[in-house]
Amino acid sequence: MSTTATAAAAELAVQARQAAAKSEGYWAGVWKRLRRDPMTIACGTILLLMLLAIVLAPLLAPHDPYQGSMIRRLKPIGTPNYPLGTDELGRDILTRLLFGGRLSWFMGIVPVVLAFLVGSTLGITAGFMGGRVNMAIMRITDIFYAFPSVLLAVAISGALGAGIFNAILALTLVFIPQIIRVAESVTQGVRSLDFVDAARASGASGFTIVRVHVLGNVLGPIFVYATSLISVCMILASGLSFLGLGTKPPEPEWGLMLNTLRTAIYVQPWVAVLPGVCIFVTSIGFNLLADGLRQAMDIKG
Amino acid sequence: MLLYLLRRVFYAIPIALAVGFVCFMLVQIAPGDPINAIVPPDAPADVVAQVRKDYGLDQPLMVQFGLWLSKVAVGDLGRSLATGRPVWADLHSAIGNTLMLAFCASLLGFVLGCVLGGLAGTFRGSALDRGAVGIAVAGVSVPHYWLGMVMVVIFSVQLNWLPAMGAGPGGSSDWAWDWEHVRHLILPTVTLSVIPMGIVTRTVRGIVAEIMNQEFVVALRGKGLTRWGVFLHVVKNAASNALAVMGLQLGYLMGGSILVETVFSWPGTGLLLNSAIFQRDLPVLQGTILVLSLFFVALNLAVDLVQTTLDPRIKRA
Repeated sequence: MSTTATAAAAELAVQARQAAAKSEGYWAGVWKRLRRDPMTIACGTILLLMLLAIVLAPLLAPHDPYQGSMIRRLKPIGTPNYPLGTDELGRDILTRLLFGGRLSWFMGIVPVVLAFLVGSTLGITAGFMGGRVNMAIMRITDIFYAFPSVLLAVAISGALGAGIFNAILALTLVFIPQIIRVAESVTQGVRSLDFVDAARASGASGFTIVRVHVLGNVLGPIFVYATSLISVCMILASGLSFLGLGTKPPEPEWGLMLNTLRTAIYVQPWVAVLPGVCIFVTSIGFNLLADGLRQAMDIKG
Repeated sequence: MLLYLLRRVFYAIPIALAVGFVCFMLVQIAPGDPINAIVPPDAPADVVAQVRKDYGLDQPLMVQFGLWLSKVAVGDLGRSLATGRPVWADLHSAIGNTLMLAFCASLLGFVLGCVLGGLAGTFRGSALDRGAVGIAVAGVSVPHYWLGMVMVVIFSVQLNWLPAMGAGPGGSSDWAWDWEHVRHLILPTVTLSVIPMGIVTRTVRGIVAEIMNQEFVVALRGKGLTRWGVFLHVVKNAASNALAVMGLQLGYLMGGSILVETVFSWPGTGLLLNSAIFQRDLPVLQGTILVLSLFFVALNLAVDLVQTTLDPRIKRA
């Protein structure tokens, strides 16, 4: 694992320099490869449209997300005025899906961003410093690796109690060790390259070497890895809400909607599974986007 | 090599202790006084003070951890707040059910993943390959609790073929190997198996493609060995890695089955955890997480030991 990542990092660094030597920059090349990849472009477009839809939810939604009515409970898909039906409290499903995406996306992305910031800082530090610092950081990481990730998320947010903040905290803690491991192995690969030795010999301080020579070469692979985690995070975040641990009712959120609609699967089965379709599409979109980015940026592993 | 094996076993001990410490801290980070995890909220003040002293809750944190650890070491995980029964009594039967579900699901996922991944790796770049990769991506991206609901909608609500809930007729949780019980196992198993299926497919595809490119395979072909003969050599080389992935997946599913168990009301550790969370039954939460994580640590160790023993190419420092 670490040897392939090391080799990948070394190769990436070499390619980055070769690309820089040519007239065309590295990022121009990445963009060029990305444009020729219809799958990734399609995923990116779908995700962008979803993002636009949930940002503009107040303008697009035909009804109020909280306003229910006992006389129009559990209407089927295709009811006039309620194109995707209504839920168990008579609220419009389309409206709640649009508003629900806000929290689902928020809880799928924020933990990964936080974990990316903390994890890459710790991982790059461990990889660059080596020795005891590395030992301390990596052994603590090992402890968190000893838990299956779903169990760790459930354990932490279960102990802290339901709530968006607690769920985000739990998910961030789950993803930090995973990012640390990737960041550490990529950094170790770059650290042993000649240009780092050259910089050190020329008298550059450790901080300068990291800022000028290491960061540019390691952030790409870590970023791509983090992108692939968004898919997992979204499933886990909605899963916590599904268990009653994340968002609290009546807040619209896809996982929580699945949970409350579960009692309705004998009445309106196809309405009840709709929020899951949204989670699935988003999660598969981020997964394929990460795969496409990895290929375009030529990162192996 | 014996030295490596021994060192690996010894390395698992501090990890297991650290896992214990994290589980111990779960009750500490929970909002409210940990004493609430032992006495009912309406207990009189002098009883609370007495219990606090008896349980050593007035001691420093590390002393408390030592006390807790010495109890756990002899199998005393405390008592459930909701039922008053020992945590281990409830956990005991739940673990068996979860283990069976996780084992069947990882086995099914492993078999499907090997077939798909093997085909994809052998015929790389073909339509077959793209199809298998597509299924694998869908498998790891699908919210499996939702897939479970869809399964229930199709096979229980619409077709009425299979039961939607429980592990046996009439809500019994005692397992028996007859059709009435196996019927209940099918939907949760299939639902849970999509995750290992996706991961195993990706892994096996990578391994097979890598082996097919190696010189010894080219040499075997040149020697005039049939496709089948070459395939056997590839399997021999891929087996230890694939088995390691399968072993770890069993562990992940043991810990990750909570969502699927909730959907199907499967009477395992996940359902136990779920009700513990709702009732804020911290001793049950703590005990279940501890046992599942220790199982995962042991499984990790076993996978490592077996893999090292089976595959002489793996030399570890």
